Amino acid sequence: MLLDARGAKDDVWIKPDQVPQVQASHRLVLWEDWAGDSEVQARGVEIPNTLKIGDLLPILGQVELIAIRFGAFTDGRGFSLARLIRAQGYKGTLRATGPLIPDQFAYALRCGFDEVEVPDANANRQPPDVWLRAARSFSANYQRGYATGVNILDQRRLARAGR
Amino acid sequence: MYRYDEFDERFVRERVEQFRDEVARRLDGSLTEDEFRPLRLKNGLYLQLHAYMLRIAIPYGTLSSRQLRQLALIADRYDRGYGHFTTRQNIQFNWPKLRDAPDILGLLADVEMHCIQTSGNCIRNVTADHFAGVAADEIDDPRPVCELIRQWSSAHPEFSYLPRKFKIAVTGALHDRAVVKAHDIGLRMVRDRETSAKGFEVIVGGGLGRTPFVGKVIRDFLPEDELLAYLEAIMRVYNLEGRRDNKYKARVKILVHEIGVEAFREKVEAEYARLDVASINPDPAEVERIAAYFAPPAYEKLPAQSTALDAAMKLNPAFAEWVEINGFEHKAPGYVAVTVSLKGIGEVPGDMTSDQMRHFADLTDRFSLGELRVSHNQNLILPDVKKKDLFPLWQELGKFGLATANVGLITDIIACPGLDYCSLATARSIPIAQAIATRFADPVRQRDIGPLNLNISGCINACGHHHVGHIGILGLEKRGQESYQITLGGDSSEDAAIGDVIGPGLTGDAVPGAIERLVAIYLQERREGEPFIATVKRIGQAPFKAAFQHYVEGLRDHAA
Ligand code: HEM
Ligand code: SF4
Repeated sequence: MLLDARGAKDDVWIKPDQVPQVQASHRLVLWEDWAGDSEVQARGVEIPNTLKIGDLLPILGQVELIAIRFGAFTDGRGFSLARLIRAQGYKGTLRATGPLIPDQFAYALRCGFDEVEVPDANANRQPPDVWLRAARSFSANYQRGYATGVNILDQRRLARAGR
Repeated sequence: MYRYDEFDERFVRERVEQFRDEVARRLDGSLTEDEFRPLRLKNGLYLQLHAYMLRIAIPYGTLSSRQLRQLALIADRYDRGYGHFTTRQNIQFNWPKLRDAPDILGLLADVEMHCIQTSGNCIRNVTADHFAGVAADEIDDPRPVCELIRQWSSAHPEFSYLPRKFKIAVTGALHDRAVVKAHDIGLRMVRDRETSAKGFEVIVGGGLGRTPFVGKVIRDFLPEDELLAYLEAIMRVYNLEGRRDNKYKARVKILVHEIGVEAFREKVEAEYARLDVASINPDPAEVERIAAYFAPPAYEKLPAQSTALDAAMKLNPAFAEWVEINGFEHKAPGYVAVTVSLKGIGEVPGDMTSDQMRHFADLTDRFSLGELRVSHNQNLILPDVKKKDLFPLWQELGKFGLATANVGLITDIIACPGLDYCSLATARSIPIAQAIATRFADPVRQRDIGPLNLNISGCINACGHHHVGHIGILGLEKRGQESYQITLGGDSSEDAAIGDVIGPGLTGDAVPGAIERLVAIYLQERREGEPFIATVKRIGQAPFKAAFQHYVEGLRDHAA
């Protein structure tokens, strides 16, 4: 299941494990295969969460989708990697792929992810409405400088200015 | 103290509802137990030997009388009438039910409290000097900074799934009473030598547990207003590079140890240099807003000496002793901060009954402006007592068994719950603490021995801080038997040190005798006015080890 802040959506990207199609521009290639493919035309890459941001810099301008693989939902490296990628000015789509749980959805969005792709088995237990509800748990947060959501420190500042 | 504004209030309420929803999803099976575990841990709920355990945060150790009364109510309604204060400025309840947890969180939210991140692989409840704001040796009150960190670390989108737990401690004083060097990050307030601007010495990679380390300085001076951005840099380096292949090597102390403090510092500074710090740090008005809550109360103008106190001390030696041992110098003339020992002889260290809590809350209102503190030594503190009120306070405390005069002495033992409650324990710690306290109960003898920190942990996780006890006791299991390993020379002060093992493990009943031997060597070797730890440092471990060895051999001969 693929979903973004509005809910479930279709995946237009062709996975590495699906039959390679003629139309290559929406092929999603594994990072391990990317380097070996000199004529790479794909615009999507799936990277391990251990990749160093420095290794990714050369291709940031070429890709439209970066999927960061979460091996386990408890492995939070993907959140920091997403932050680093966004900090480099990457404007394409950022996807979290793996067994994340709905309670992490808001975190993922705030770290710069646009969408989350979870295995079907997880999606069966946790349909999109649960994800959307979980994402709305907090109406505001304490951290400044994160992508989405209302920030309490800025709200306080506004309240002070209004006084 | 800090009071929630509408945003804080809404945040904790939303947190309660979020957890209610999570519990419901666990019960209907949409969350697996594996998925639910980190969520319940981040709300302070552990599964223990006999039941769930709920750990409630007492951020930087500051509590109001109203909050203490609410804890008493929770103890009565959802527990068995008592709570346990821990070495991390938390309070634990040992008998709540999972289905009651959201309601308990609701009761806590009613008094501006929560269990957020008291467990789990996230930034934990931030701790501070328990004399913050009243200590005479203080540059400034560390609690506004702690509150800033508390808010910033709550439900952090990036740092809630760290390799392992992460503990931050702050002190604003010259003497370290917050054990900052045994934390993942320790912050020591300092002044810049030239400008005298306030800032922090930043220490990382301290920790106890199975591989104890004293933290290392990575920044001598960090300007105060840059703190959050700098913390973000440290956390990001740790989140990305901390080990995740082995839970026992996942703390930041291991990363710092493996790559070296220089390399760690370079990574942090490189990340910090890249950050847009202005977009992260709070604006000065926000810092001032928080600081205003911690402004010193309007102290009465009092003479430094109280004639009433002097007279009462002359007439009543037991009272005088209590004042001398449990009193702590206050920065305002005529006031004193009083440590109330939760270490009555033969009691469970850190336990308090609901009756004691209510009574204590009343005394807090009557004698200390409604505010109290919880110390990592598992004692309570009344921070703002007038000297002239000490005698009636002492009399009232005595009625509920709270007037024990042993703060900092050998019977003021820090002990974790151990095998009586904890599922990870390899041995009991509470009965050992009780046996030692009983052995050394004589007040004259205790006073003669003087300051001595004795710490007991029921397993290698070191929740009782045994590594930094002057004498540390670690309960292990050997061939199905409890076996206690004794360490000597640990220090939790600004001269932090990890104690050394002095010999083979002992059975529980042999422990008090062994402590006797160590104390005897000290009494024999000490110089005028020299406390236990100073003697250990001066003469070294050898004489103690020899006496210990002799004792162990005696036990063997006796058994043979
Ligand atoms: C009863 C349930 C408890 C459990 C399951 C538990 C679990 C643990 C574990 C697994 C560690 C080792 C972490 C590591 O080294 O990575 C640890 C450390 C620690 N715990 Fe506990 N603990 C419990 C109770 C307590 C209590 C009651 C206290 C305070 C008296 C406490 C305070 C600490 C402290 C201060 C540390 C060691 C210092 C450090 O983090 O390096 N814990 N705990
Ligand atoms: S030291 Fe061990 S026995 Fe004691 S509370 Fe910690 S985990 Fe439990």
